[in-house]
Amino acid sequence: MDFQVVVLAGGTSKNLIPLVSKEVPKALLPVANRPVLSYVLEHLEQSNLKDLIVVVEGQEAAALVGNWISGAYVDRLHVEVAAVPEDVGTAGSLRAIAHHLTAKDIMVVSGDLVSDVPPGAVAAAHRRHDAVVTAMLSSAPVSGPSESGSSTGKDKTKKPGRYNIIGLDPTRQFLLYIATGAEVEKDIRIQKSILRAVGQMEIRADLMDAHLYAFKRSVLQEVLDQKDTFHSLKQDVLPYLVRSQLKSEVLLNGAPQAEENGNQKVNSQSNQVTLSGILANASTPSFHQLSGLGTNGSTRRTHKCCVYIADNSKYCLRLNSIQAFSDINRDVIGEASRLSGYSFSPQNNIIHPSAELGLKTTVGPHCMLGEGSQMGDKCSVKRSVIGRHCRIGSNVKVANSVIMNHVTIGDGCSIQGSVICSNVQLQERVNLKDCQVGAGFVVTAGSDCKGEALAKKEK
Amino acid sequence: MGAQKKGATRFSEDPEELARVPLQAILLADSFTTKFRPITLDRPKVLLPLVNVPMINYTLAWLESAGVEEVIVFCCAHSKQVINYLESSEWFSHPNFSVMTIESHNSISAGDALRLIYERNVIQGDFVLISGDTVSNMSLTQVLKEHKERKKKDSNAIMTMIIKRSKSSSIIQQSRLGTDELFMAIDPNTKQLLYYEDKADHSKGAICLDKLLLTDNPSISLHNDKQDCYIDICSPEVLSLFTDNFDYQHLRRHFVKGLLVDDIMGYKVFTHEIHSNYAARIDNFRSYGSISKDIIQRWTYPFVPDVKFFGNSAIKLERQGMYRASDVVQSRSAEVGSFTVIGNGTRIGNNTKISNSVVGEGCTIGSNVSIEGSYIWDNVIIEDGCKLMHSIVCDGVVIKSGAVLDPGVVLSFKVIIGQQFVVPSYSKVSLFQQPTKQDSDEELEYADNSSGIVENSSMADTVDKSNGQLTSELLDEECGPTYELGTGGVGYIWSICEGSHEEEWRHSIAPIPADKLAEAMQTTDDDLELLTQDGSVLPPSGELKPDSNYSDDNEDPRDVSIYFEKEVEATFLRAVHENIKEDNVILEVNSLRLSYNKLFTDCAGAIFYSLMKLALETPHSSPSELCNSTMDVVTKWKKLLKSYLTDIDEQIEVIQKFEEICLESAKEFSPLFSKILFHLYDKDLIQEDAILKWDDEKKNADEADKVFVKQSEKFIQWLREAPEEDDEEEDEEE
Repeated sequence: MDFQVVVLAGGTSKNLIPLVSKEVPKALLPVANRPVLSYVLEHLEQSNLKDLIVVVEGQEAAALVGNWISGAYVDRLHVEVAAVPEDVGTAGSLRAIAHHLTAKDIMVVSGDLVSDVPPGAVAAAHRRHDAVVTAMLSSAPVSGPSESGSSTGKDKTKKPGRYNIIGLDPTRQFLLYIATGAEVEKDIRIQKSILRAVGQMEIRADLMDAHLYAFKRSVLQEVLDQKDTFHSLKQDVLPYLVRSQLKSEVLLNGAPQAEENGNQKVNSQSNQVTLSGILANASTPSFHQLSGLGTNGSTRRTHKCCVYIADNSKYCLRLNSIQAFSDINRDVIGEASRLSGYSFSPQNNIIHPSAELGLKTTVGPHCMLGEGSQMGDKCSVKRSVIGRHCRIGSNVKVANSVIMNHVTIGDGCSIQGSVICSNVQLQERVNLKDCQVGAGFVVTAGSDCKGEALAKKEK
Repeated sequence: MGAQKKGATRFSEDPEELARVPLQAILLADSFTTKFRPITLDRPKVLLPLVNVPMINYTLAWLESAGVEEVIVFCCAHSKQVINYLESSEWFSHPNFSVMTIESHNSISAGDALRLIYERNVIQGDFVLISGDTVSNMSLTQVLKEHKERKKKDSNAIMTMIIKRSKSSSIIQQSRLGTDELFMAIDPNTKQLLYYEDKADHSKGAICLDKLLLTDNPSISLHNDKQDCYIDICSPEVLSLFTDNFDYQHLRRHFVKGLLVDDIMGYKVFTHEIHSNYAARIDNFRSYGSISKDIIQRWTYPFVPDVKFFGNSAIKLERQGMYRASDVVQSRSAEVGSFTVIGNGTRIGNNTKISNSVVGEGCTIGSNVSIEGSYIWDNVIIEDGCKLMHSIVCDGVVIKSGAVLDPGVVLSFKVIIGQQFVVPSYSKVSLFQQPTKQDSDEELEYADNSSGIVENSSMADTVDKSNGQLTSELLDEECGPTYELGTGGVGYIWSICEGSHEEEWRHSIAPIPADKLAEAMQTTDDDLELLTQDGSVLPPSGELKPDSNYSDDNEDPRDVSIYFEKEVEATFLRAVHENIKEDNVILEVNSLRLSYNKLFTDCAGAIFYSLMKLALETPHSSPSELCNSTMDVVTKWKKLLKSYLTDIDEQIEVIQKFEEICLESAKEFSPLFSKILFHLYDKDLIQEDAILKWDDEKKNADEADKVFVKQSEKFIQWLREAPEEDDEEEDEEE
């Protein structure tokens, strides 16, 4: 398959402070004790997409990610790690690595995507319609994360469950309208011209752009070159392509075809119509071609924007907020356990053989206990992930939380709905509810916190 | 008529009884538009022949077949003709189908018609609302059932619109029926109509849907491929809604849109899509042509020429969709092509070619005539060698030899076209002179129409009385028409008004010329170009535009406040002269406040201004007299003023207003300022807090602004001291 894959792994996302730090960029945040990036990489590997470019914002983060990848995937994947400056946006990242892109089609996927939707299906839909862009849509999660526009972190507070407004054609194959970011909350403005061409449009508010795109390389590069103000794929490039699909400003398949169109070779045009009609599995030519055909034989260039709508049973979520981090960790060891790649015990949990449990300590279902972790007596763990080499005292209660590696927890602590980063020390009788504790932080004995973010002062 | 009378008077509030009320229909035998002029100057639209049968018969026959038991025919323009026609027809003698007529002479819109019907109290349950120019063969069972079930669950579901799939041309942006493209948003699950835009503003390239629509529905279907059949199933509430909203005129533009934007009452409109059945309304000449073709091609079965669905004489169907009445006299050498209807008693001469046309009864067509895509009504004489292309030719027209009708020509009743004369494309020719006042403006359509009705009836009367004489009279009196239509021609070519000339081709029966198509293509291209360019500059596709428009639309706020003050003053003066109660004045001022979007402080200022002006206008010779009359006025209208002076801000506003009056409009007051201010204080209209605050605010003002503060210095001084005493007293008491 002539597809090059670009994984946009981001840098140290501002949304995820205090979970991320200079030492732990977003791509390496653990989901069920594996870096989130590994989910994307292995998922791509399963679709036999092994030629990858991982783009990381910031040199240091890139070095960290590169080290990890070369260690974990050295003989499995052909991965190039590229560093780009911070805050260039997703479009800027692609501009920066443009010289690496050579394949006919490019798949761009966000490094924080945890999903079991086959990317191969997206690629197939893209090829079938000869589209300039194909976007993967998934049903918007009912509760959970607030969507950030891109990895640059424009966090807008929104109503839950509303991520995009999407217009589809009746066959649900073509993308006719998309509103992202702040536009979602505005009145919907739909071009009449596209509605005239297609006749009927379905507007959906329950779909989310999952940030997995297939682009035609020539088109992508042309747009990136010409529109140097475009910052984000999701908010600039995709809406632009969708908007201009009936009056294409991009050259399809490079220069030769443009000349052909210019010479108005109606014959070849109609051949092409039938050919792609067959390819599109349709008995009638698509509305793009119909609206492109004039009465006097002249043609207007059009291009197609397609969608692949993930099945409802598939899991698809992006780790782009703290809420999403907790949700994904919970889901991967819970409902979406097929994603984790681990085999669960009969009790529906994963306890590493080297982990030690004290007397009367219970670890409930949908829990995970990492390698070499120790727990004292009379502890209880429910729906939580505990990382490697943690030392947990007695009488500790952990529920709905994520505890990363090398965390020390004193006796009598209670942790609920919280995220504890690596090397944190919780002294005795600490009570945390809905808190985030940054790496290396020490919580003094007897503290009682609710909904706080605790972290060391930035240097 | 006896049977209908019974139906009309019988009504019951009992729900059991209501469930069994006969299915009723309101048939509007007037389209309230002028699109069929000049033909409709002589004859109402519903009586115009459609494939040789007056239109209203298609509608009535369909209603009967669909199980409607009572039809209320509303007649307005040419009402006598409609009633006479119905009385002479068989419709009044059907056993299970009663037709009653309601006549009106002053209704100018569908809204007026429905209000009148509401007053008559003849509707007892759900009814079908339809205009008399609709052709359909759909079954109502399903849609009535759906409507009833919805109504049971949700009493706000008061209307169901019938829609049909029909893709309008994306190039010229109109349907094959010549109606404007229609944009609708429909909830795919409930079929509720959420958005309706028919009179498309072509300059606007985008549809703007309220974001709130999506909060209730996770998905919406937006349609450009549906056609409104103008058949509505309505609950009785619809009539009362028209009565409540006296400004509703047009069924779609006002009523449906009104319901959609009104979120207070929460009335809902639903749609029902028909798939295999036919339903269409004749709105203009183009739809007249399209629907005629549909009838000939039997889409409207059983309402086709060879079926006797009403007192028409059945015509035999021959090969290739050719219908020919029994006694047609046709020359051997004449060629009658496919999809053509030839009426009874028509004679066709040698070498004449007719195709895709309808020829009425008793016509005489000479030799070597070529007729293509035309509609020729009854008793038309076409002499040798004429050429007719896509024209409508009304009863009694004479086309002299060698004349040519270019595409889109409409010849109204009894026009005579002179020899060899070429009638230019899209001309409308009538014996009547064009009304001088012809507004193409949609908004004025109704007003224009009302004047038209009066004019019509007078003209129609002359025609009725003098019939044949008129032609000769016209010939004698006017030399204009003779000149206009060639030698021996009679009639006026109506000039097409400036604005609509461009659009004439859209609504004509002639096919759309290629150059217009190319032109339209070009504009769509340009539109697209604009859109994409717009888009690249302003990524969220031109979102700034509505805002800027909005501010443009807003009038200058200063102007508005001046108007507001004038209105309040007028209201107040009326109250003074007509002795209206204060309560009513307050009510009126409040409604003014709402309509001008003003605050209570503005009301207070405006009322005070009116009071002072009244006092000033009372005759007076000296300042003290003026002072007295002011005090009288203030005392008299104390209650009115008081009701607007509840707040300290309002009181300050009044003081400032008073200053303004003294400085600008009425300098006579300036020496009296402190006196009147004291009086206001004395009457409890203005409290000391307000005066003190006003004083405080003035502390930093220019010297010029302080004139009145200085004048009332003593008073303020007194005020400042007095309350302290009060407080002390109170303290002591405690």
